[in-house]
Amino acid sequence: MKPAAAQKVSAADIFVTFLVIGATSFGGGVVAYLRNALVTKKKWLDDSHFLELMSISNTLPGLNATNMSILAGDRVGGTIGSIAAMVGMCLPGFIFMTVAGILYGEHGDRPLVTAALRGVAAAAVGLLAATWFQIGKKSIKGFYDAFIVLAAVLGVNHFKLSVPVVLLSAGALSIFIHRPAEEHPPEKDSEWIRFLR
Amino acid sequence: MDQIPAIARVFAYLSLLTIGGGMAAYPEMKSLVVDVHHWLTNAQVIHIYSVGQMAPGPNMMMVAAMGERISGLAGAAVAALAFFVPTGILTFGVGRLWRRLASWPWRASIQQGLAPVAIGLAVAGLVTFGKGSITGWVTAAIGLAVFAATIRTKTNPALLILGGAVVGVIALR
Repeated sequence: MKPAAAQKVSAADIFVTFLVIGATSFGGGVVAYLRNALVTKKKWLDDSHFLELMSISNTLPGLNATNMSILAGDRVGGTIGSIAAMVGMCLPGFIFMTVAGILYGEHGDRPLVTAALRGVAAAAVGLLAATWFQIGKKSIKGFYDAFIVLAAVLGVNHFKLSVPVVLLSAGALSIFIHRPAEEHPPEKDSEWIRFLR
Repeated sequence: MDQIPAIARVFAYLSLLTIGGGMAAYPEMKSLVVDVHHWLTNAQVIHIYSVGQMAPGPNMMMVAAMGERISGLAGAAVAALAFFVPTGILTFGVGRLWRRLASWPWRASIQQGLAPVAIGLAVAGLVTFGKGSITGWVTAAIGLAVFAATIRTKTNPALLILGGAVVGVIALR
């Protein structure tokens, strides 16, 4: 079943639109750029559509920037549109980082470059911490979510568990905690579940 | 060239861990790229990851720079393809299925349940990353200043990162 597209847009138009976003969006805030281009300027999607795609994109592995390109490209231009959007989104960054890799190989050992990169790394810590602080403030709701966050952090950093182990175990527990409400409440919850609720 | 299959395996595997963003995969990336395959040093991984925050588009495109360092242009292409294509196909498929899943009650549960896990893994990645990058009072001050500027103002993140480079050149030489 083909998803109903708001309208059919040509692959070339999709490619150019995403290429511009891919070349001008800096610092991980790609979602804001996408909304501005797709909803406000091009009117390919409306806001509820956009939020629906965001929720799919957040639930799956992969980055928001690329997941959103694939989903939005598919909605407005089918399979070809999806590929055009993904390639457009990735191409500028790919060229930028490949050149950065080459330059780093040639000049990375110079003291001046090393000093600059140490400053860049420290700034990146501040930037990423701020981003996750803001996300956390919005989406950690209640004791439970805080417990899962703490468990994941301690699992990786203190108990040295591998990321997939933590992802699967904390993920399963957390999804169970957020499980769908039953139509008829069970006769009795086990003690620890009642404690956790 | 002989590293190409390993690059494909490692980066495809890492991409599956990026729930909620690239930072979640960082501890595993460090361990595979530095400790298991000895492709790069810890400092090189931190440098490349940080420069990646200045790149336009998806902020994990720095995998291309890692691939380039490991195995030249072919390494860059393979790392990027391995990192972005498999999860891309998964997203495409689920995107098509999503409407049919609209009434599936577990859909909301998965979404709500994964949010705190994603945050926890990102924070864990950030702790691993921070241990290697905050190494004294200058780097701590840069980190705190950027944190405050991001929370309080709408300064372009790429400018803040560049500011970190300038302070680094002045104070960390």
